[in-house]
Amino acid sequence: MQPIGLLIEFKGGQIKPANFGMATAARAENRQLVALVVDTPANDAKAALEAYGVTRVVNIRTDSNGWNPAVHAAAVVAAMQENGITTLIGLTSPTGRELLPRVAARLDAPLVMDCIDIDLDAHRVKTSQYSGKTIATISMTGSHFIYGMRANVVAPEEAPAAAEVIDFPFAADQGSGFEVIETRTDGSGSQHLAESDIIISGGRGLKNAENFKLLFDCARHLNAAVGASRVAVDNGWVPYAMQVGQTGVKVNPKVYMAVGISGSIQHFAGMKTAKTVIAINTDAKAAIMANCDYFVVGDLFDILPALEKALASVKR
Amino acid sequence: MNIYVCVKHVPDSAATITVEGDNAINEKITWLMNPYDEHALTEAARIKAAGKAVEIVAVCLGKPAAENTLRSAMAMGADRSILIETDQYHDSIITARALAAAIRKDGTPWIIFTGKESIDSEGMQTQFRLAQHLGLPVATNVIKINADSGGVTVECEREAGTIDVYRMAAPCVVGAGKGLNNPNYPTFPDIVRSRKKPVKRIDLAEQAIDRPAAGMQIRELVPAVEQRTPKALAGSAADIAAQIVDILKNEAKVI
Ligand SMILES: Cc1cc2nc3c(=O)[nH]c(=O)nc-3n(C[C@H](O)[C@H](O)[C@H](O)COP(=O)(O)OP(=O)(O)OC[C@H]3O[C@@H](n4cnc5c(N)ncnc54)[C@H](O)[C@@H]3O)c2cc1C
Ligand SMILES: Nc1ncnc2c1ncn2[C@@H]1O[C@H](COP(=O)(O)O)[C@@H](O)[C@H]1O
Repeated sequence: MQPIGLLIEFKGGQIKPANFGMATAARAENRQLVALVVDTPANDAKAALEAYGVTRVVNIRTDSNGWNPAVHAAAVVAAMQENGITTLIGLTSPTGRELLPRVAARLDAPLVMDCIDIDLDAHRVKTSQYSGKTIATISMTGSHFIYGMRANVVAPEEAPAAAEVIDFPFAADQGSGFEVIETRTDGSGSQHLAESDIIISGGRGLKNAENFKLLFDCARHLNAAVGASRVAVDNGWVPYAMQVGQTGVKVNPKVYMAVGISGSIQHFAGMKTAKTVIAINTDAKAAIMANCDYFVVGDLFDILPALEKALASVKR
Repeated sequence: MNIYVCVKHVPDSAATITVEGDNAINEKITWLMNPYDEHALTEAARIKAAGKAVEIVAVCLGKPAAENTLRSAMAMGADRSILIETDQYHDSIITARALAAAIRKDGTPWIIFTGKESIDSEGMQTQFRLAQHLGLPVATNVIKINADSGGVTVECEREAGTIDVYRMAAPCVVGAGKGLNNPNYPTFPDIVRSRKKPVKRIDLAEQAIDRPAAGMQIRELVPAVEQRTPKALAGSAADIAAQIVDILKNEAKVI
């Protein structure tokens, strides 16, 4: 049995659902799924991981007193070595973007981020390049293999198993020259774009910061995340972390709603893999209208309040 | 003490990419400096302008045409530059080795800037590998930096609403994020002045880098085709809202 390491992430004490899709993608007869859980009480996670076929949970405990990417990456490398793991899969999430390249650098191992397809036996993956304009097939060689998966490319399927939990204490080297002063959270990032199933984004058509409330009002009913075009960000209406596109977040939701967004090539680069795209725009000739699944030629200031009302009355 | 800025020569984000052969693109398009590297360069210039006595050196691994990006870097404030010349595409395992070797040979770094990612290969990793080779601390997606001779204090945007503050001892590697600054695009006199600044060319083959046992090879490159067939939703605002709810419920199955 080849052990496959899964780097598990949590949000609000719960395992991120995209991790279950990752486990599903990694599962095979000849493999053992080993969940690596860093500085989070692993016992709470055990049952959820077992449901998706994990048979070992490594409960990594570092002395870092909270988030520290340098220490966490070193701990993951040590846990991989202890457990004979040469293949590690994580998400291309904010945490994954910090930890996976640090792990790969330490091991001098190949790493491909944002994989949309992974063949663990052939060490071959597909990922988008040139801002989503091409799909590259990349083969990796080496003694270790690190993969960053795009969230939501594989739907989670249960496969119940029983897991053992192993404690793995880790003490960091002193004098690394890297120190965490603090982590500040303002609570606004409750839903991270890259892992959201539904995203409603606004652009120049929103006209100001206050009007983004129209998007947040709809999003609340759907547990959706709110995104933005670069124009909305550059105008200071919303923070940069909400920017979707080539120089923003790349998203892969089930539904993407583009509201008052023209659909520039750089915006498409961030959302073109969305399953269903719905565009709302006053201009029937906007680029987004020619490359979406549904379009509404209309004024967002009419449509959004009506949509909010309709969503509020949906029975679920 | 030098500030090194790693700049990559990449296709313009608006360029039409066409595939040639199995795994290459038609390179007869507009090429520019990687957008995140512009933020890195702007920040280096800002630190220098604040009176810190440093020399800014731009470094690039690329084909001969990458000299254009180094010229832009010098117009944006780099004092000189190094082009590690090659005629091939290289993965980030080789790239980081080449950049590390060139910087090590050239001088004493104080801060080494990179961008947080390149927009062509979208690797998201070169800065970490570079730091590992040089044994230095590294932070990425940096949106604020305070530098002193002992090191830097950086703010990194991890995700919406979450900022990490790190202290790194100098020398260190800093991956610039978009929130760091507004790029300082050169004026015509800047461009004229940059023409006189030196570009040192070194051949990758002559760089003393070890041959890595690991690698990433592009086997195939295909255009991403996903032309959708748009359908119009019409009627009153309430009708349209009802149709959207129906799509969310019955087609996308998200409610
Ligand atoms: C290197 C580089 C990187 C970039 N990276 C990104 C990126 O990551 N993300 C990104 O988004 N952009 C990016 N851009 C910018 C991009 O080129 C566009 O400028 C930007 O996406 C346009 O934003 P927009 O659609 O909001 O604005 P516009 O193009 O101005 O479109 C606004 C739209 O709103 C519509 N509208 C106006 N009023 C209403 C109304 N009342 N109701 C309905 N519709 C209305 C208009 O018809 C129009 O189609 C980048 C550019 C460069 C050069
Ligand atoms: N060939 C290169 N020459 C110089 N710098 C590079 C090169 N490739 C990558 N970099 C730097 O590394 C950063 C991250 O690149 P990547 O790992 O490809 O996403 C870029 O923003 C550059 O600063």
